[in-house]
Formats: sequence, C-alpha cells, structure tokens
Amino acid sequence: MSKQSSVAFVRRDMIPPAPPPPGQAGVLRWMRENLFSSVTNTVLTILSIYFIWSVLASIMPWTLNGIWVAGSLTECREIRDARGIETAACWAVINERWLQLLFGFYPTDDVLLSGLFYAEPLAAAGGVEAVFGAGSNATDRIEFVGMMKGDLSNFTIFWFGYWRPLLAVALLVVAVAPILYSSLPRSLLFFSMLYPFIGVFLFWGGSIWGPMTVAMGLAAAFFIGRFVATRFGLLGGGIGAVIAFILIFLNPLPFIDHGGLFPLFPHAKDVLHSIIPFGLPAIPSDQFGGFMLAIIIGTSGIVLSLPIGILLALGRQSTMPFIRWVCVTFIEVIRGVPLIVWLFVASTLLKYFLPPGSSFDALLRVIILVTLFASAYIAEVVRGGLAALPTGQYEAADSLGLDYWKSMQLIVLPQALKISIPGIVNTFIGLFKDTTLVVFVGLRDPLGLTNAIRATGEWNGIYWELYIFVALLFFTFCFFMSRYSMYLERKLQTDRR
Amino acid sequence: MKKSIFLGTLAVAGLAAGLASAQTLADVQARGTLKCGSNEGLAGFAAPDANGNMQGFDVSLCRAIAVAALGDAQAVEFVPLTSQTRFTALAAGEVDVLVRNSTWTLSRDTDLKLDFKGVNYYDGQAFMVNTALGVSSARELDGATVCIQTGTTTELNLADFFRVNNMTYEPVPVATNAEGQQQYLAGACDVYTTDMSGLAATRATFESPADHVILPEIVSKEPLGPAVRHGDNEWGDVVYWVLHALIGAEEYGVTSANVRELAAAPTENPEINRLLGTEGELGAMLGLPNDWAVNVIAAVGNYGEIFEAHIGENTPVGLARGLNAQWTDGGLMYAPPFR
Repeated sequence: MSKQSSVAFVRRDMIPPAPPPPGQAGVLRWMRENLFSSVTNTVLTILSIYFIWSVLASIMPWTLNGIWVAGSLTECREIRDARGIETAACWAVINERWLQLLFGFYPTDDVLLSGLFYAEPLAAAGGVEAVFGAGSNATDRIEFVGMMKGDLSNFTIFWFGYWRPLLAVALLVVAVAPILYSSLPRSLLFFSMLYPFIGVFLFWGGSIWGPMTVAMGLAAAFFIGRFVATRFGLLGGGIGAVIAFILIFLNPLPFIDHGGLFPLFPHAKDVLHSIIPFGLPAIPSDQFGGFMLAIIIGTSGIVLSLPIGILLALGRQSTMPFIRWVCVTFIEVIRGVPLIVWLFVASTLLKYFLPPGSSFDALLRVIILVTLFASAYIAEVVRGGLAALPTGQYEAADSLGLDYWKSMQLIVLPQALKISIPGIVNTFIGLFKDTTLVVFVGLRDPLGLTNAIRATGEWNGIYWELYIFVALLFFTFCFFMSRYSMYLERKLQTDRR
Repeated sequence: MKKSIFLGTLAVAGLAAGLASAQTLADVQARGTLKCGSNEGLAGFAAPDANGNMQGFDVSLCRAIAVAALGDAQAVEFVPLTSQTRFTALAAGEVDVLVRNSTWTLSRDTDLKLDFKGVNYYDGQAFMVNTALGVSSARELDGATVCIQTGTTTELNLADFFRVNNMTYEPVPVATNAEGQQQYLAGACDVYTTDMSGLAATRATFESPADHVILPEIVSKEPLGPAVRHGDNEWGDVVYWVLHALIGAEEYGVTSANVRELAAAPTENPEINRLLGTEGELGAMLGLPNDWAVNVIAAVGNYGEIFEAHIGENTPVGLARGLNAQWTDGGLMYAPPFR
C-alpha cells in the first residue's frame, strides 16, 4: 500500500512511436537539407529548376509531339501544320531507316524472308531458283526484293532478314558473359574461345570450313608445340609451335615452292569442303555498315588490344634492352600520332605498297590499326598499375622462387590490373566511340549513314533526329561498360579503404 | 591474300601498277561486277533508298557502264569514297571508275594520273541569300558574312571573286554542307556559297524555300565527270562512249521507251542505226556487244531522262538544264558522231 503510494504512476505499456514532426522526415526533410538549407542554396535551387524547366519546355514538346509515320520531311511538316503544332520531331525517318542505321547495307537473307513471308508472290515469280538462282536476272531480283520489303514490316525484316548478325551478336553476349562474370560456369569459357570463329562465319559467311580449319590449324600448332615441349623443354616447344604455324598458314619458301604444298591450310579447307559442302552466302566486308560496324570494330579492338597492351607494358619494364626499346618505340610512335592519321595510312598509304588489284580488306585494315592504337594506350594504363605496386610485391614474388611469368601471372598482374580498371575501361569507351572516325575512310558507320540518308530527296534537311538516335545507341553501350567497370571494382575490392 | 605474295610484290608494286591496270574491261567482265567509286551521299547524285539500293544522277552513269560491260544494271559495287580517299582509291585499283562529282582540272588530269572521260554535269559555284536582304546580284554583297566550307576550291573561288570585284567579306568557316545549312538558317551568315547543284538541293529542304534566293552569278567552272586511271585507253573509251551514247541518244530522240522499237529494224536516221548497232560494227570496236547502247538506254534512259529523274525540275533538287542542255538547245552537251 505504502509502496504503491510512493510511486504515483507507473506506465505499463510503451508510448507508440510518434511520427516525426512535419518537415523533419521524408521528402520534405531531404529537400530542406539538400535544396533549401541556406539562402544561397535556395536561390541556386530555384535558378536550377528554372533552367531545367526552360530546357525541357523547349525540348519535350518537340520530342513527344514527334511524328512517327510519314514518307518524307515535307510530309512531316504538312502533318505538323495540319495538327497545328509549333514544333515536332520527325521521327518518321528513324521509323523508316533504323535498319539501315543498325546494319548499313548488309544484305538481308532474302531467300529466307521470301520463303517465310512472301511465298505466294515468290511462287508467282517462278520459285526460289528463278528469282535467286545463279542464272537469275539481278534487276528483276532487286525489284522483287524491293516489293517484298515494301510489304513486310521492319521488325519482320529485322528478326528474319538479319538473323546472321543478330545471332552473331547474341552469341557474342554468351561468349563474353563468362569472362565478365565469374559466377557463371567455367566450362562456358570453351565457347568463348570458339566464338571468334563462329562470329566470323556468321558475319562473313562463305564455307564453314574456312574458320573451322583456321581453328583446327591453331589448335594443331598449339598441341605440336606442347608435344615438342615435353621432349625439348619450353623453348623447343615454342619453336616447334611457330614452325607448325608457319607450315600451316604461311608459305615458308615463297619463291621456290610457290603454289605448291605449303601452306597446308587452304588444301585442308578444300578437302573438307569437298567432303561436306556447307556454308552461308559470303558477304564481303565492304557491305558492312551501321552500328554493327561499330560493334565489330569496337569488340575486336577491345578484345585484341588488352593482351597486346599488357605485353607491351611488361616489355616496357623489361630489363632486356632490345625488348624495352621495341616496346617504347612502338608505344610512343603509335600514341604520338592521331588515330585519324593512322586510319588514313590504313586506307590510302597502304595501297601504294600492295599489288594493284589485290584488295587487303578495308575493314581488316581498320581493325588492325584501331587495335594497335588502343593497345598503345592500354600499355601505358597498365604500366601505371605496375608502377603503383610496391616493390615489396615484386621482391616477395622473387623470394618465393617464382619465375618471371609465374610471378607476373600470380602476384603482379592481378594487383596491377585491378588498379588499372578505371583507366582500361576509359580507354575502351574511348575506342568504342572512336569507331565513328572510320567515316573518314569511307566505311559506312552510323554517322556516315546519317549523311547518306540525308542525301535522299525525302530526308534532306533532317539532322537532330538522326544524331539523337545514333547518340542513344552509343550511350547504351558506353553506359553499360561504365557500370560494369564499377561492378568489377567493387567485386575486386580487397583492401579496407 | 597470301603473305608471300604480299612480301614478294612489295618491292615491285610500283612496276606492277603500270602493267596490271591495262585490261580493266577484261577484269570487270571476269569479276562480273563493276566497282564504281561513288559519293557516300549527295542529294540527287548518289543516295541509298530505304532498301539500300543506290539511286541518283552519278549512280545512273555507273549503272550505264555496268550495262555496257556486263549487260546488267545491278552488277555494280558502289564503293563509298570521301573527297580525301577518292583519287587514291582509283589509282590503287580499288575502283574501276570514279563517278563522284569530281571536278576536271589540269592537275588532276596530269599530276594525279587520272583521265577524265567527258563531263556529265557542268556545275559552278553560286551564292544563296535570304530575300529579306533585298540583294539581286552577287556584286551587291560587299561586307557580307559568308558561310564557306573550309579546304575546298569554293573557298579559293570566293576569295578570287571578291578580290576581282573589289569587295570585302567576312568568312564563317564550316566543315560540312550540313553544318553550313544550319549556320545559314540560324542567321550566322548572310550568304551561303557552294556548288549550284548543292545550293539548289539545300534550298529545297528549307521550310520556306521562297524566302531564299540563289543569285544569278556563277563564279567558277566545275565540270564534273567520270574518271579512270591513266594508261588503259580501251577502258577509258568504254566509259567515254557510254556517257556520250546517253547524251547522243537524247539528241536523236532515243528514249528508254522507244529504244527497243528503234533497234528492231534500221531506221531512216543512219546515226541512230549506228548508235543502236543496227548498222555497222561500232560495238565490236569498243570490245562490247553490238547492241550495247540499246541495253544501256533501255536500262537507265538517255541523258535527259536521267537528269529529269534525279535532279530535274520535278525533283526535290529542282535544277534547270542550263549549261547541261543539249548543244542544240544552247547548252554544252555535245556527243561526237557515232561513226
């Protein structure tokens, strides 16, 4: 009794948590803290909002009122005036030409398209053999294909007419995925090694035995080298592999044994092709174009330049003077000259040294030059990573008794490359965007195609719509690369910074 | 290409360049396609349609040559060339003929070792102004700001014209025709100058073309024509006579509509008969089938038809014939006799 009276009141249950006072939580608090925390910030916020508003107010009506269906710029303007709008984008040009911006003049699989979707007119025209066969008339064929494409929707043509580049790009994603994400099964890496040959076959076509024999030849050289190495050591194995490679792919005695037994590779290809003749129609690379070209040049440049760049960076740090000089000279010369100059060298100067009539594939020339250019940059980026490693790491590797390659592979490079990731990805993004420079050497990249599209009577005078479309394509890819590099950095973060 | 050939011929590339180019017609026929150097895109002259087929005034000449050499107007591989790469591509044998609105000049003919085979379009530099300026002659442009593509002959012609007429101007340099159009429309310059055909095509794309006027003065000579390599006269003859068969056909009234009928039997005009191969053996002298001109005209039409279809007054480009009319109509188009 007395105890109870000494304590006037004891609460037996908790007060329910009250919501914070208004203005201290949620959006309002965030805004007050971040946008209106002081007079200066408030003024800046209002100014920024006004600025963003005025920009959007001029852009959004133009974008959203855009006209999607029209046959020409003049028609676009007529529709716009009929609807009484002041400004309107003419997206109709994208609607009509997006396939061209993606693939350039890469030929569609007309036989498949007509067989699937245009069978009756095809039969009326005399069947596949009469329209597409060897003896068919090209003018009639192009007229037939033009009529067919006029009747089919662009999406049908996209999925079925361009199945080869689409499949190649889809498989490229499959091949790249296990390299990018280590959580995927390692057995997929085998497919990644095979992909270059599959990709070449799908893009360029021709006999399947072309890329297959190249793959088998490389494998043969590798295994011969490995076999020799078990008997005569590493150096002997390397020499054996090189000799096997030369016998398979090059003619070791150009002036004596011309057109004879060597190289072995074309013979093997012919024999295999005569046993199992299988292939796709061959497409020369001067018909490649559009964003596909950027992807081909970009990915081959990226994939090839990384290993070359790492070797160059190691070579530059080598203690052997000859190797060091070669690497330094290569890096400085390639890096010291603008890419556009190298592209002109590839497209014009090189021709003076080649026999007339022999055409060293223009696309291949550009890929080689872009790769060399990017690898010089990668080399310097990786050198930065190597230099950032404390000497103790090198010494630790030596004290464990590892040889040069093992110490690089196990201790130095994993750390150096991790440091270099932002720089490497930066170079890759730059390389990918630089692929548009090939427009100056006459390859039909997306920007060159905007020019070609603008040259038609219907679309002359149209600028922003085409450039915005191309910009979006490039942004998508570069944004992915940038995000991936951030993911990789987080994943590889082992220190406690 | 085999590496060994590459290495072996590096040393003798210069020598081989002279030897291998002397049989272009045979090469084209063996290959089955004509490689034609063309513009990547120039309104009215060369542009791809929605299916990627090239169309245009220059393109039609390529197709005509393909019909003559191969009998197939579609057997042409169009190699897109920029103004920087076009002549090396031709010299290196990457293309068989260059039909890319290239001006015939002495230095290109001699120093660059090209042969221009006639003129398919007489162009010239002109000026476009806004009608609001109230200018009716280029001689009234003293003190004007002029949008001009850098690094072209138009830049030099402009300087010459203003100096000769004792006037001053302020250049606004632009890199491409597209940029020039935008600058001019945005009011960055009073005057836009480039070739007459380009100006006409540009003006046609404006929202209100009537607000802009192309001044009558033509300040330079730009004869555009097909070019081939030095040293292969047979091939040069084919290109020359295909072009002039088109021009001659217009003069004699042979069109794509009536050519088959006219070629069915000899007509009363011996010139038409020789052109169409119903009389004489002119085709054999060129190394072509005797009815080559019939096929060419049936496939692409005569010069006048090609002009009207791609750059004539009923097209967006909307060019008048002017200098490009037949000599009988006061123009410069004149085909030598087919005899």
